[in-house]
Amino acid sequence: MKLKENTGYKVFLVVNTIIMILISVATLFPFVYLVAQSLSSEKEIISGNVTLIPKGFNLKTYIYVITQGEFIKYYKNTILYTVVGTTLSLAFSSMLAYPLSKKELKATKILTPFVIFTMYFGGGMIPNYILVVKLGLNNTMAAFILPMMISTYYVLLMKSFFASTPKDLEEAGELDGLNKFGVFIRIVLPLSKPIIATMTLFYAVMYWNNWFQAFLYLRKDKWPVAYYLQNIIRGAGANDADAQQVATNIRSCSMVLTALPIICVYPFIQKYYVQGMMLGGVKE
Amino acid sequence: MSTNSINREWVPAKKKHRFIRHIGQYWQIYLMLLVPIVYYIVFRYLPMFGNIIAFRKYRAGGSIFGSQNSGLKYFKQFIGDKSFWRAFRNTLTLNFTYLLFRFPLTLIFALLINEIRNLHWKKFVQTVSYLPHFISMVIVCGVIKELLGTTGPVNNVIVSMGGRPEQFLSIAKYFVPIFTISGIWQSMGWGTILYLAAMSNINPSLYEAAAVDGAGHFQRVWHITIPSIMPTITTLLILDIGGLVGSGGAFEKVFLLYNPMIYSSADIVSTYVYRMGLGSGNYSYATAVGLFEGLINLILLTSANFLSKKLTQSSLF
Repeated sequence: MKLKENTGYKVFLVVNTIIMILISVATLFPFVYLVAQSLSSEKEIISGNVTLIPKGFNLKTYIYVITQGEFIKYYKNTILYTVVGTTLSLAFSSMLAYPLSKKELKATKILTPFVIFTMYFGGGMIPNYILVVKLGLNNTMAAFILPMMISTYYVLLMKSFFASTPKDLEEAGELDGLNKFGVFIRIVLPLSKPIIATMTLFYAVMYWNNWFQAFLYLRKDKWPVAYYLQNIIRGAGANDADAQQVATNIRSCSMVLTALPIICVYPFIQKYYVQGMMLGGVKE
Repeated sequence: MSTNSINREWVPAKKKHRFIRHIGQYWQIYLMLLVPIVYYIVFRYLPMFGNIIAFRKYRAGGSIFGSQNSGLKYFKQFIGDKSFWRAFRNTLTLNFTYLLFRFPLTLIFALLINEIRNLHWKKFVQTVSYLPHFISMVIVCGVIKELLGTTGPVNNVIVSMGGRPEQFLSIAKYFVPIFTISGIWQSMGWGTILYLAAMSNINPSLYEAAAVDGAGHFQRVWHITIPSIMPTITTLLILDIGGLVGSGGAFEKVFLLYNPMIYSSADIVSTYVYRMGLGSGNYSYATAVGLFEGLINLILLTSANFLSKKLTQSSLF
């Protein structure tokens, strides 16, 4: 049925639209600013002429960054870490989440608190650092990936999803002669595309954006692009002599290129992660 | 009587039998758990026990559990240290200010999104508002620095209005506002997801019934939408309050933005732990500080979750 509307409400709808436009503009402004800088000439940027529209428009910066600079080397490292890390994370997180979702499994009584407790209390920065160094992982890809490989929060989101898959399908699979592992691979996983897509995005973003593990453990040739960016951003500060100095347009261009893959991907997975967050968000 | 005693005799044997059958039935599932469990023991629980070096002197290259008892020496040291208390105070101020603004703004934003009629426009607003959540903290802080730089747009506006350019990131009093505003920019959109989910679960017939009873649009929001999402609001608020003492979540951003000139307002416990421990090599001292914060956090989060379960029958984990 049609709900009653009055003038006050119509005014509200207009105001609401204006608020939404303002919020969207404010959200996008920093990105447009970066893109404008990356397309402008260094001279115009230094004179403070560039805000939203590129001045001295050119694509030279992009061509330079992609073909000449060191940027691409670090970018490749990031791709490698993200692919390897996300694969391991997905495999082991689902191998933990699936058993946790099975109430009939006796061990879940102990396992659930064992896993959840780590959300309340952790080792802290120093013991974690000492552990990684003691394991001999310094300056290896493992030092970058392992400390964050399984996220308890993500495991719980997956667990909620697995728990909502229909039990009779699993039973039907077993009647058809699949063993427990087969049921997981052949029946549960194909039904779990939304959560797998969500977790792929979340874990990939986590690895793609991480810089702190690199800062702690990796030497320069192994840096991911996020930490290279941090280094050139520091170089722009007046009081940081040992960081790299690069021109503003190169810096902006590097930031744009680093954020770009994520910006291109996340809108397409939106309906999945909204669903995933809904299921696992607040426990009744 | 007699059936009771028979049962008592039979229980252990039956239990053992059932246990073996259970394993036999589920061994493949248990096998899947092997790597994750080893992972949790090594990368989550071992560092937890590594906190023992707060009570023992740690030497670089020595045992990860320290080499010599030192009792409460390091705890006494930081309790008497002014820079620790400054970091502790800053953590509370920063978290509290951030929560004070972020929490109501996120809720209002969710209510406003929920009022959008055009579904394409609604989805567009949501997509745009989620964007900052996915951007690396390095880029976020890089952009903050660009925007607030001496030739950046903020200072350009100030200069064009006849003011003098300011080095915002070198002046202590600006740090909390910068942190808060940029934090709202980053998290407001993402924070609406759980509210919008709760709102989409509200039965439409409630609104229709209210309309029949003559309730106007805003009355319907006030009497139906808000009460329906109250459990979500309460849960999120309680858990946010439970996290007020923790500084881990703010670490990256503070670390990337601060400098010695603004330690007086920007240095928080986790950055202090970093500088004391990994910066100056006082591992045991820094671990003691981190453990202190971790324990307060543990108590607050546990109470918050307990309270949330009591009040709303819902909790986050």
